[in-house]
Amino acid sequence: MQITAALPIAKMVGANRTVLGNGIVHVVGDATVSAEDEKKVRRQLVEKALEALRAEKP
Amino acid sequence: MRVVHFLNQFFGGLGGEEQAGAGLEVRAGAVGPGKLLEQLLGPDATVITTLICGDNYAVENQDALIDLALGKIRDARADLFVAGPCFLAGRYGMAAGALCAAVQSKLGIAVITAMARENPGADLYREFMYIVDSGENAAKMRVVLMRMVMLAGKLVRKESIGSPRDEGYLARGLIRDQFVERTAGERLVDMVLAKVKGEPFESEMLPTTFAPIPMPPGVKDLKKARLMLITDGGLVPKGNPDKIQGSVATRWGSYSIKDCTDLQGADYEISHGGYDPQFIRQDPDRLVPLDVMRELEKEGAIGELHDEFLSTSGLANPLSNTRRMGREMADKAKRLGIDAVILTST
Repeated sequence: MQITAALPIAKMVGANRTVLGNGIVHVVGDATVSAEDEKKVRRQLVEKALEALRAEKP
Repeated sequence: MRVVHFLNQFFGGLGGEEQAGAGLEVRAGAVGPGKLLEQLLGPDATVITTLICGDNYAVENQDALIDLALGKIRDARADLFVAGPCFLAGRYGMAAGALCAAVQSKLGIAVITAMARENPGADLYREFMYIVDSGENAAKMRVVLMRMVMLAGKLVRKESIGSPRDEGYLARGLIRDQFVERTAGERLVDMVLAKVKGEPFESEMLPTTFAPIPMPPGVKDLKKARLMLITDGGLVPKGNPDKIQGSVATRWGSYSIKDCTDLQGADYEISHGGYDPQFIRQDPDRLVPLDVMRELEKEGAIGELHDEFLSTSGLANPLSNTRRMGREMADKAKRLGIDAVILTST
């Protein structure tokens, strides 16, 4: 599956398991919060990614 | 003729990649290349307003940007909306296309933009509007603006538009009836003979959409699954041992994360010219989420994380490269018995 901040591009080329990332410059990060909170953000995104891997429908 | 012009942070003079997060700025009159645009449009035309927006802001807040822009374009009572030219800048092309599509459908005024063939905005929007083929070279600004001006004039005056080749726009996938001298059979045989001889020929119809990709079945049991991380953000070990090119990359690499639980900025560099790398330099886990994957592995949420991540740069990369690299990466994943891949993209 793909984590990206630019979902329209992913959709256009036909990616069928996608998760919206947190911005172009830190797709699985967040430079605006503390390191601890950032880890939580990353964890949430990756968990969504795992859900996408299990999904049977786009 | 009243014109509103859309520019990104670079052409609008705000700055480079570090200004890609800039929100919409509204300026009276023409800015940067807009001044040449105004000149080429002739004495009866004025750029009333210039809208400038950072590339990242545009991609991440597209709907809000469109709403704001539509308001400003209405206020300007514009006859024509011009976006770009964007050349190969992908985020810029996506924003330009989205804005032109909205202006065209919601305000019903003429729109014109310009992009390189490979710009993702071109593929997505070429069927809905006239996109002048700007090529990749921004030094051709004047020539490109001239073509935009010629085509825009016809659109505003509601004159008939010629073929893509004649007017210089990207083929829209429209089919036109035309009387010709030779039958289809004769034209086809000529094309086949040229192809067999290795001579150039021009196809009369070209596919403009991507073939749908069948969705593989979901992973049944993640707790037993073997996962692999891949990125197109150009993260490579310091020294870029495989010399992966920052743009139009023809190579990809496999990089060991064996026994590693946290990527360190000091060990890596970024070979990718298309985004501000400072945040990934500080912490590469912001692009390749190794730390979190290791936690999940430890907790048993996933079976195993493969001990390499695959990497290349997606910047300005033609499909001829990326399709091949994707197939090669997939072959590797199959050989290794990988059950699922997480691809992180900038």
